[in-house]
Amino acid sequence: MTRATFRPGAPDMPKYKPSDVVDFVIVGSGAAGGILAKELSTNGFSVVVLEQGPYLHENDFSHDEIKVLQEDLLTNHPKLQPNTFRKTPKDKAKQQRVLVYGRAVGGTSNHFTANFWRFHEIDFIERSKIGPIAGSTFSDWPITYADLEPYYTKVEWEVGVSGMAGASPFDPPRSKPYPMPPLPVKGSGVLFERAARKLGWNPFPAPMAILSQPRAGRSACVNCGFCLGFGCEVKAKSSSLASMIPLAEKSGKCEIRPNSYVHKIEVDEKGRATGALYFDEKKNVHLQKAKAVILSANGAETPRLLLLSASSKFPDGLANSSGYVGKNLMFNTGAVSVGVFDEPVNDYKGFAVSRILHDFYELDAQKVGFYGGGGMDARFDMTPIGFAFGGLPPGSPRWGKDFKALLAHNFTRSFEIFGHGTSLPVEDNSFSIDPEVQDAWGLPALRLTYRDHPDDLKLAHWLADRSNELLEAAGAKQHWTFPIDEQQFGVHLLGTCRMGNDPKTSVINADHQTHEVKNLFLCDGGSFVTSGRGQPTMTIMALAFRAADRIRDLAKRGELNA
Amino acid sequence: MITELDRRQFLSRALAAAGATWTAANWPAVLAAAEHAHKTAAAPDSQKWEFLTPAEAKEVEAISACIIPSDGTPGAREAGVVYFIDRALVTFSAADQKTYRDGLPEVQSRLKHLFPTATLFSAATPDEQGAVLESLDEAGAKKSPRRPRANFMPGSAAQPLFEVIRVHTLAGFLIDPESDRNGNRGGVGWTVIGRLPEHGFQPPFGYYDKGYAGWQPASAAKESAKND
Repeated sequence: MTRATFRPGAPDMPKYKPSDVVDFVIVGSGAAGGILAKELSTNGFSVVVLEQGPYLHENDFSHDEIKVLQEDLLTNHPKLQPNTFRKTPKDKAKQQRVLVYGRAVGGTSNHFTANFWRFHEIDFIERSKIGPIAGSTFSDWPITYADLEPYYTKVEWEVGVSGMAGASPFDPPRSKPYPMPPLPVKGSGVLFERAARKLGWNPFPAPMAILSQPRAGRSACVNCGFCLGFGCEVKAKSSSLASMIPLAEKSGKCEIRPNSYVHKIEVDEKGRATGALYFDEKKNVHLQKAKAVILSANGAETPRLLLLSASSKFPDGLANSSGYVGKNLMFNTGAVSVGVFDEPVNDYKGFAVSRILHDFYELDAQKVGFYGGGGMDARFDMTPIGFAFGGLPPGSPRWGKDFKALLAHNFTRSFEIFGHGTSLPVEDNSFSIDPEVQDAWGLPALRLTYRDHPDDLKLAHWLADRSNELLEAAGAKQHWTFPIDEQQFGVHLLGTCRMGNDPKTSVINADHQTHEVKNLFLCDGGSFVTSGRGQPTMTIMALAFRAADRIRDLAKRGELNA
Repeated sequence: MITELDRRQFLSRALAAAGATWTAANWPAVLAAAEHAHKTAAAPDSQKWEFLTPAEAKEVEAISACIIPSDGTPGAREAGVVYFIDRALVTFSAADQKTYRDGLPEVQSRLKHLFPTATLFSAATPDEQGAVLESLDEAGAKKSPRRPRANFMPGSAAQPLFEVIRVHTLAGFLIDPESDRNGNRGGVGWTVIGRLPEHGFQPPFGYYDKGYAGWQPASAAKESAKND
């Protein structure tokens, strides 16, 4: 029986002992973990959330690009947590940074762009529609858009999404309009909208997980201009930290325990999860006992944790009889073009994106010669130092009078067109554990094996061509595309513990329950079967709301008990 | 220079932009944190170098002033980039100490090699300085632009001095002036690139969104274009 004690200073937040057998231990407090914590605790379950990063608040956030981007205020630390990369399983991996993810209470939702498109119906059933693709484990989801629709609506209303229902002719059906109007249009949005219409395309106001109006005790966006990569000081960005974690704590049933790095899921002789082993800030090891365990540690750390939890009963890693844990990784395809205009756009003001289009969501493979589809947005997401390093055209001077003049001219007159698209699942593309390199806790490092499916690269070039057409139509006096190479680095970490009905080709079922361990659930980007068109967090959150309902029902029916 | 009064004014303008209950309740704390950082940043120059010797500082300042010159508008010198670099070398870039200590004498030998009568880089003519740095900029124009991402700064002991100073100079010129990094003094770097220092903005943001009529469906937009 668990009895919470209450801490002074955090009157609502209980403090459990590791020896208390709580109803749920959740690993990770990001987009999925925050929602699961809120939903389960407000349904009366006792919950401990173990977050490897610190518990930062709005006052800890900063516009210091070095502190945030270089010193990883909000993100994983490459020195403490080295990564390795190889292209194929035959190669020896070498050390390099392969990913950025949120490492603080709120996870990656603290610093995301907040582009919040729903997936469309096609995303869940595309394999049935177009058949198999060579070199890919392309599959349908075990759920459909209709299953997820109520939960997309829940994200929009409870987490907070600004947008305009019905503005895109390609939008999937929805049960409710957005809870608040779109954010104001930016200069990039106006130019994008005019040019896209000239080309016969259908631009529309971007749905964004940023408040356009005050809501639930949170401020509307003040357009400060430090958005992608940064935490929001006024709680306008709809992170788990701003939206869900406070409600979980207010339930009186949920403890958020920061600086707690989980490295093993314990399993009893019957093959049931009994809790999570973690290092505290001083590297002391504790076992948080729980009746059920939920991993929402992201599409890289969740599979790593399962592989680190190998035992005599589960020699290839926990819940990995399919061999699919860590595999079928998808990063999303992307191509970024930059345009420079005559007059000041001043796109550094505000959030990143105000206009998008979905005309190319489903490309006809017969016509274009490859599988894929995507969306495009107009944005400016470069902060001043980042712009000085990477925002000027190819061949620009790198220092001196001419460099300074170009910087002074272009910073206010540039914006980007970002083409986002599908990635195909490829079995060898994976996160696994490195046999040699270790992290600062002596655990095997995360190893990336990745090589884009050829169709993904073709799509990236195709999207770049459309972006340049658009910039031309918008009257850019100069435009170019960042080099499109095979990806060796990702921030969208998708498909590595995919859901499915067949235990041979998936890790979890449609309830997010692992096929092998009945009281172990996985919910994050790893749960995806296909990649969508590039904006995964909305779907991660919708899946988490749905998973919470399924897990609550299973628990109430007693199906999680020993 | 941003004065305390200016700062309060733009913070309160940001507050007005927010117009929200949360901000009203919490802004004093945000303000206090920001003001603390600002006071640290605006503290008078202590002239006490944290890593560089005064002689090294003079050379570093001269090199940074070639990277972002003072040519009618403020450059690295006015932004106090050398103070930023000095602090960087005992904080986030401590790994580059050796690069500076060993690299600065090499800059002098390169100068002597190219211009045998010259003495110090800081005392050389602009043409001589330019020629020395051109010869040190090995990476040069070969580098194609990459999209910036986390850990954008390549600073590490493996980089040649010129590249490290270039990176530090750009960062020291454009860092948030309210940070405690000791760079972008008076916000002059942001002024040069046209970035206003406010914490919040109201639309219209720039030239192209001025007078925007509001979003209309494609058919309506076509109709109103016809009527124009």
